Amino acid sequence: MSIAKPLAATPVRGLLTLLGLCLMLPLLSACGFNTIPTREEQAKAAWSEVLNQYQRRADLIPNLVETVKGYAAQEREVLEGVVEARAKATQVQISADMLTDPEAFKAFQESQAGLSGALSRLLAVVENYPDLKSSQNFLALQAQLEGTENRIAVARRDYIEAVRLYNTSLKTLPSMLWAMFWFTGNEPYETFTISEENMDVPSVNFGTSSGG
Amino acid sequence: MGEAASRALIAFGHRNIWLAIVAGLIWVVATSPIAAAELPRLTGRVVDNAGIIDAATEAALGTRLEAFEERSSDQIVVATIRSLDGEALEPFANQLFRAWGLGQAGEDNGVLLLVALDDRKMRIEVGYGLEGTLTDLHSKLIIENTMVPAFRAGDFSAGISGAVDDIIMVLEGNAAELEARARRSQQSDEGPAWPVILFFLVWGTFFFGGFAMAFLPPIFGRKIGPGRYKWLGMTVDYTKSRGGSSGGRSSGGWSSGSGGGGFSGGGGSSGGGGASGSW
Repeated sequence: MSIAKPLAATPVRGLLTLLGLCLMLPLLSACGFNTIPTREEQAKAAWSEVLNQYQRRADLIPNLVETVKGYAAQEREVLEGVVEARAKATQVQISADMLTDPEAFKAFQESQAGLSGALSRLLAVVENYPDLKSSQNFLALQAQLEGTENRIAVARRDYIEAVRLYNTSLKTLPSMLWAMFWFTGNEPYETFTISEENMDVPSVNFGTSSGG
Repeated sequence: MGEAASRALIAFGHRNIWLAIVAGLIWVVATSPIAAAELPRLTGRVVDNAGIIDAATEAALGTRLEAFEERSSDQIVVATIRSLDGEALEPFANQLFRAWGLGQAGEDNGVLLLVALDDRKMRIEVGYGLEGTLTDLHSKLIIENTMVPAFRAGDFSAGISGAVDDIIMVLEGNAAELEARARRSQQSDEGPAWPVILFFLVWGTFFFGGFAMAFLPPIFGRKIGPGRYKWLGMTVDYTKSRGGSSGGRSSGGWSSGSGGGGFSGGGGSSGGGGASGSW
């Protein structure tokens, strides 16, 4: 009887220990274990939104080019520039898995900035055609294009903020420890370095060169 | 003397540490919100900080917007500010929209009509959920055809009132979608759902039943032996040792229902939809 008691107590104690450990499991999240995957997923989601809005812009362009062609077919150079830039921009795509690659990100940023520049040249040219400017079709496209550019700006800001949080969690305690011992494959994400507006330097063309 | 001095020094050291901790906390609290102080406060459905809407129009707008929200759950807010202070209109409008959380959470059905008086600019910022109904083109047309002519004539009240009418008209235009949206939001606004009540009922029975069985039989029951009681037809035996007791853990929570006196955003967000204009 006196021997049976500690024997009986052992499995109970083991069970209690297990229960205690199970109860402490959620506490892991309090020490930063969940931070890195959570913020990584948020950054990826923010990136999808960026891609989504850039795609939306690319989808608007064929219509825009057709509309402008109807009124200003002689502006061939500018129109071709837009079509070319759009083709280039839709070719360079980076999935969420490639966000750690600085080269790929730079290429993406440059291709989209190229399209932004070509578009702003096109819209500058349109100023010379009052008929085109006042046509219903063009006004509708312009409203959509402006809205899309603004959505791109918002999506970019959200992505920059999400990446800032994610990259910070890789470099600060306590989540840094998890990055060192557990999430060893996680690397900081690339982010937009130059704002879209500053990227396309306005090209002034006095008719002496073919622009560019 | 020396002892007193060292004690004072220690006390001072402790105080210093506390001061440092408190200062650190204050610093953390003070630096965390990013420029939130500059945003105007959401005082109602019409926030006329520039003072360009006359009182009668403001009151009428308030009741009309409230009635529309009751019907559709869409939150429309009119805000006027004196100046953007050099900030760009679109980021400011988006920041304001998100800070106020216009539209119901998850539905994101808010609209913000923002006028910056000195900059002579206006914007209709549309939440994610209404982008399909109140498109960028609609917003642009409302600004160009309704607001700009009235603003140029100096009649801000008429311009804003007309724009609100137009926005409501567009949102009502898609009647089926409007009803569906209102129904979805109503469902989430209803009181605690029956499964939740049932859960707490069962949980409460187990939890308080355990206590009841531990304390009540010795008090109310009939003693039928050492440590054994008969109560409500059950024989309860306290001589047998019990194993580990299990405590219930609840993780459910009530979401506090919105409502009451003041007006507040429902927690919606915007991705930059809408249109801007100037007069």
